[in-house]
Amino acid sequence: MNKKRSVNVLLLITILLFVVMYMAGIVIYGSKGFTHFQTFLNILINNAGLICVTCGMTCVMLTGGIDISVGSLVAMDCMIIAVGVTRWMWPAWALILFILAVGVLFGLVQGFCIAYLEIQPFIITMAGMFFARGMTAVLDVHQISVTDETFTKLSSLKITLPFGGYTNPKGMYVAPFIRISVIIALIVVLLTGFMLRKTRFGRSLYAVGGNQVSATLMGLDVKKTQLRAYMLSSVLTSIGGFCYVLNTMCGTTTQAVGMEMSAISSAVIGGTLLTGGVGTIIGSVFGVLINGTISSLVKFNGHLLASWANIVTAFLLMLFIVLQAVFAKIREMQKK
Amino acid sequence: MSKLKALTHRKLFLPIVSMILVMLINVIYDTATGSAPFSFFYITVKNGVLYGRLIDVLNRGSEIAILAIGMTIVVSASAGTDISVGSVMALYSAVCCVTLAGFGVTNTSTYARPLIVGILLGILVCVLCGAINGFFVAYLNIQPMVATLILWSAGRAIGLLLCNSQYVYIRVPSFRVIGGYIGFLPTPILVVAICITVMTLFLKFTALGTYVQSVGINKKAARIAGFNSARIIFLAYVICGLCAGLAGMVATSRIYSADTNNIGLNMELDAILSVALGGNSLAGGKFSLAGSLIGAYTIQAITTTMYALGVDPAQAPVFKAVVVLIIVVIQAQPVKDFFAARAARKAVKEAA
Repeated sequence: MNKKRSVNVLLLITILLFVVMYMAGIVIYGSKGFTHFQTFLNILINNAGLICVTCGMTCVMLTGGIDISVGSLVAMDCMIIAVGVTRWMWPAWALILFILAVGVLFGLVQGFCIAYLEIQPFIITMAGMFFARGMTAVLDVHQISVTDETFTKLSSLKITLPFGGYTNPKGMYVAPFIRISVIIALIVVLLTGFMLRKTRFGRSLYAVGGNQVSATLMGLDVKKTQLRAYMLSSVLTSIGGFCYVLNTMCGTTTQAVGMEMSAISSAVIGGTLLTGGVGTIIGSVFGVLINGTISSLVKFNGHLLASWANIVTAFLLMLFIVLQAVFAKIREMQKK
Repeated sequence: MSKLKALTHRKLFLPIVSMILVMLINVIYDTATGSAPFSFFYITVKNGVLYGRLIDVLNRGSEIAILAIGMTIVVSASAGTDISVGSVMALYSAVCCVTLAGFGVTNTSTYARPLIVGILLGILVCVLCGAINGFFVAYLNIQPMVATLILWSAGRAIGLLLCNSQYVYIRVPSFRVIGGYIGFLPTPILVVAICITVMTLFLKFTALGTYVQSVGINKKAARIAGFNSARIIFLAYVICGLCAGLAGMVATSRIYSADTNNIGLNMELDAILSVALGGNSLAGGKFSLAGSLIGAYTIQAITTTMYALGVDPAQAPVFKAVVVLIIVVIQAQPVKDFFAARAARKAVKEAA
């Protein structure tokens, strides 16, 4: 019961933090257009890929593991699509299926090593991270643009919303819009959220992360659950890679560097415990939104270096990790 | 058969075999391309300094070797790795160069402050980073890799902030000595030799090595036996931070500038790889410093060989990742159990 309460407190802090940050943005940069609804939608558009990746990361972290290969996997997916349309001349649907298959295979290998060979998740996914980054370079060391017509169409597709627009200084009404990647991300969020709450697999993720021994005693196949968690993470990362490539429309070796850091910090800021067993998708989404708000605040300022966003995110991650540790200590003391 | 088994179970078997393997590949490659078969081992004196591929490996591998010393202690004590070392190296480079050049200066040929101030300040910051990592891991019980993830991201970012995202060049001859040559000998080799000597003496004349290993084998038992487990783990991370600083010192002096974006990039993988290749278990406990050092130079030899074979530096991580994967799979307990069970079955069959 206590565990639940402290987690709710963490989630509440997260939501409050987001609101405060956004309000601060409105107060400081209101004149630059931060008040527009579109600013919020842009955060969603820019971070659609990260939202998918974070959903996968949350599932893995629920089991008490971690997956730091995600950023490189996104880069590899982008490169596969870029090379696929320019050199292999594959149709778009085949490439999308292919990167999903790559995700399944990648997750299968990592999950097998972690669940059945009992190797530390961090070591295996770090090897995966460097493997994927290196494979991106093997495919091509230069930057390649995605020139395929289907991808261009999908990328430039604007879905206008019927509300929340504003009239610009010239007197024209500007309707707010989202892109296809946001819709994909929202579907991913809804599905994973539903899965975690209502399905057998989702519940067993919590059980395995909470206590492996009692999960085994309950008759759950712990290893199979872990394996599936890593597969799910890699597949969601591949979907995230697809969303990401729609934003950047190119493949390079330096793409999505540090995305694993953003995903982990989003999940942790969103209340997912590093020890596993506790966390929600909605919290992780707020984590991503906080990350997105930080970088858009840095962008709106215009004078700050981009590394400020990194520092603030790292600081927040530190803060929340310390908070988690403090809550854990309090729980321990209450038990005694 | 039993003799072979005794040999393969020796602690330094894995690192030495992989070292020999890499050298063999070099010999084969040289023979195939028509140069002298043993040109890998040739050491000559050119322009008054030692020259040759072996010297190159020893020289360029210095940073990895220094990092490997710290990483071995951390892995042994906490069963986790410090992934912030590469970023901390970059932070050292930024702090040192900005101190020496003055804030906002990007190119200088005179020191703004004495050299020793810059170096000491840089190393102090790195030790502080190690202390932060150690505090999180030892006193707040956070998983080592997650705790060090904070500095992995923030270290380089703070460095970039100090340098204003620019290169800072220090064009003073004395600054280049540490990464250059003393007489005919490359200085980095000397730095590594000093580090190893100090560390070995430290481990020999204090009980630190025993403490670290006992904490790594069983943290609770060590605490009950009267060791201050948390303080030992904390100390291990501080030592790792110090090593990262020293590695940063060599790397910065080598290019006489603060290239914060690239110094120490992916170095954490190399350091962890050397520890694993040295036959040390990544699950903590017993460690062999010699193994890690051989591992470090093997990795540098692999890198040098790959460049000689014409592999793009960006593609190199693929091969390293595969090597890591193979090593950890061999080390994995279920795999060991599987082979042990097979050997037992075979023995039963033979007896019957």
